[in-house]
Amino acid sequence: MMVFRLKQIFKLGVKSLWMHRLRSTLTALGIVFGVASVIAMLAIGEGASRDAQEKIAQLGSRNIIIKTVAPPEDRSGLGRQQMMKEYGLTYDDAERFQNGIPDVQVIVPNRRLSQQVFYRNRRVSVEVIGTVPWYPDISPVRARFGRFLSITDMQYKQSVCVVEEGLVKDLFGFDDPMGQDIKIGGDYYRVVGIATEQARSQTAGGPEDKDPTGAKKTGGANMGGIYVPLTTVKNHFGEVSTQTGPATGSAMERVELQEIVVQVRSIDRVLGTRQSVQTLLALSHKKNDYEIIVPLELMRRARDVQRIFTMVLGSIAAISLLVGGIGIMNIMMATVSERTREIGIRRALGARKRDIIIQFLSETLLLTLFGGIVGIIVGSAIPFGVSYFGHMRTLITPGSLILAFGISSAVGVIFGLYPAYRAANMDPIESLRHE
Amino acid sequence: MQSREVPNLKTDTAILVMKDLCKTYHLGSVGLRVLKDVNLTIHSGEYVAIMGPSGSGKSTLLNMIGCLDRPTAGEYLLGGQSVAVLEDDQLSLIRGARIGFVFQSFNLVSQLNVVENIEIPMYYQGFSEQASARRARELATLVGLADRLNHRPTELSGGQQQRVAIARAMANDPLIILADEPTGNLDSASGADILAILDRLHGEGKTLIVVTHDESIAAKAQRIIRLFDGRIAKEEFNGR
Repeated sequence: MMVFRLKQIFKLGVKSLWMHRLRSTLTALGIVFGVASVIAMLAIGEGASRDAQEKIAQLGSRNIIIKTVAPPEDRSGLGRQQMMKEYGLTYDDAERFQNGIPDVQVIVPNRRLSQQVFYRNRRVSVEVIGTVPWYPDISPVRARFGRFLSITDMQYKQSVCVVEEGLVKDLFGFDDPMGQDIKIGGDYYRVVGIATEQARSQTAGGPEDKDPTGAKKTGGANMGGIYVPLTTVKNHFGEVSTQTGPATGSAMERVELQEIVVQVRSIDRVLGTRQSVQTLLALSHKKNDYEIIVPLELMRRARDVQRIFTMVLGSIAAISLLVGGIGIMNIMMATVSERTREIGIRRALGARKRDIIIQFLSETLLLTLFGGIVGIIVGSAIPFGVSYFGHMRTLITPGSLILAFGISSAVGVIFGLYPAYRAANMDPIESLRHE
Repeated sequence: MQSREVPNLKTDTAILVMKDLCKTYHLGSVGLRVLKDVNLTIHSGEYVAIMGPSGSGKSTLLNMIGCLDRPTAGEYLLGGQSVAVLEDDQLSLIRGARIGFVFQSFNLVSQLNVVENIEIPMYYQGFSEQASARRARELATLVGLADRLNHRPTELSGGQQQRVAIARAMANDPLIILADEPTGNLDSASGADILAILDRLHGEGKTLIVVTHDESIAAKAQRIIRLFDGRIAKEEFNGR
């Protein structure tokens, strides 16, 4: 029996909403925008967070990245008088990590240099990464064609290189890069493999404006990477470079390693190991010429920031739903007083108070559910537009749809109850007399 | 949902008994006594007219009979059941099942068509959609509106609207039909039609209570009750 009652109630509600199409539509619009903004905001927030999380995850959640940074200049201006500035991470540091920290699984020391690479008549700016054969252990980089660097390459300081996929077209055009020789600095290197691309950090860094993958910001947006054995790089490029900066003028620098990546055995040892790394470095480095980046921490911080972000967006959207709800209540109050006589008639013909409540409540609910459904459609379309035009990643989760739908029906019940209650408690005699 | 059980009403003898019934409205601190010690018995199948000048308490008495209002003092037994002790929900069910209202201003729901208007009382008694639609069409045919089933009240003449109202009052096969100035808003021809229909219903055994100003209508009733200043001033039997 309940089923056909529901059907009748539904029909009645649809009918009286249909009577006032324009009014119903305008009223539902409040809910449409409320629900749409909830979904759109959650989708944008979720997308941004997922993006940040993935980029950070690429750095490896078990990794601790220690990077060389130029130390702050001496106040006295001594820095200018020094012929050679020496700073940064050293092979000794890597050695100390290897021997002094119990939970270390892999250590990868890296050189990173900005260089021009030549192939025939082409020239491309790249980042040369001098690294070790087990670099893939600490990063998602894999050899797609050919092979990655080998132990032999390193031992014999071979002039070989692995080129990142993204560079291939710029550098080689339609040629097959495998086995070709390319010129970096003064030397030729044979291409032995093509590596998958690693997320570059120009837009990454998550919520912070840091540069966790270590690519040089000055390198431009499309700078690809070329992997060369660390020993070879040391041999060919040495450790001294000339830096020209606006403040220092021209200065000589000596830096052994730009980066050491320490991979810890298990994820719960990461923070403890970070402490050990810090302690070890503090012993051997007088100048503050390094920074420690822990992707796990970044990830957690990103998650916290995301939570706040979601809450703020959620509250804004909730306020718009609240406004929509008040609009609905307003209209329902007007509807009730407009239909006073109908209520009186229905009461005289046998309607109980609860029948009247159900009638008006179902109208409000229909209105909000209709608004909710349209809102879900609109709200799901907005993120696509944002992704397309704003080049932002968005992600609609089923949870946000359910949430938005739940909120809209809750709004319907909450803001529909009072008008319905008012309607039910009108005196039938008075209502019948009402004109 | 609670049961829609209508309190059982006895119909064998007196369908309606009022004993020393009083109704007082409180307007601020002033009590306004609208009905004073009304004693009235109406038997099943009777045709009763209630007359009286305006302000004499006719409408209040009608509301009282129709269970739209409860007495302040005294007793009102409808089919042996004391109305004063009934819950609001039970009053609603009694109104829907046992009483058919016919109003001066028709009181049809303007958004609904003829059939849907007739369906209203059946809807609240829990009829199935098919059953109530079938019965509504039958009733509409009975009052001569077979070709107007899907018309809205605004598309009907006054007489036709009142016929819809009568059909609607008949929907749950009530014990009493309460008509408040049923011809008050009608021209004489349609008024006569309406009275003929009411007559026919009485002939079928319905208890009919009509409030009217019109002596010619009252003359058709078996009994005329004249109210004056909240009291029954006079009862006349037409002895038909």
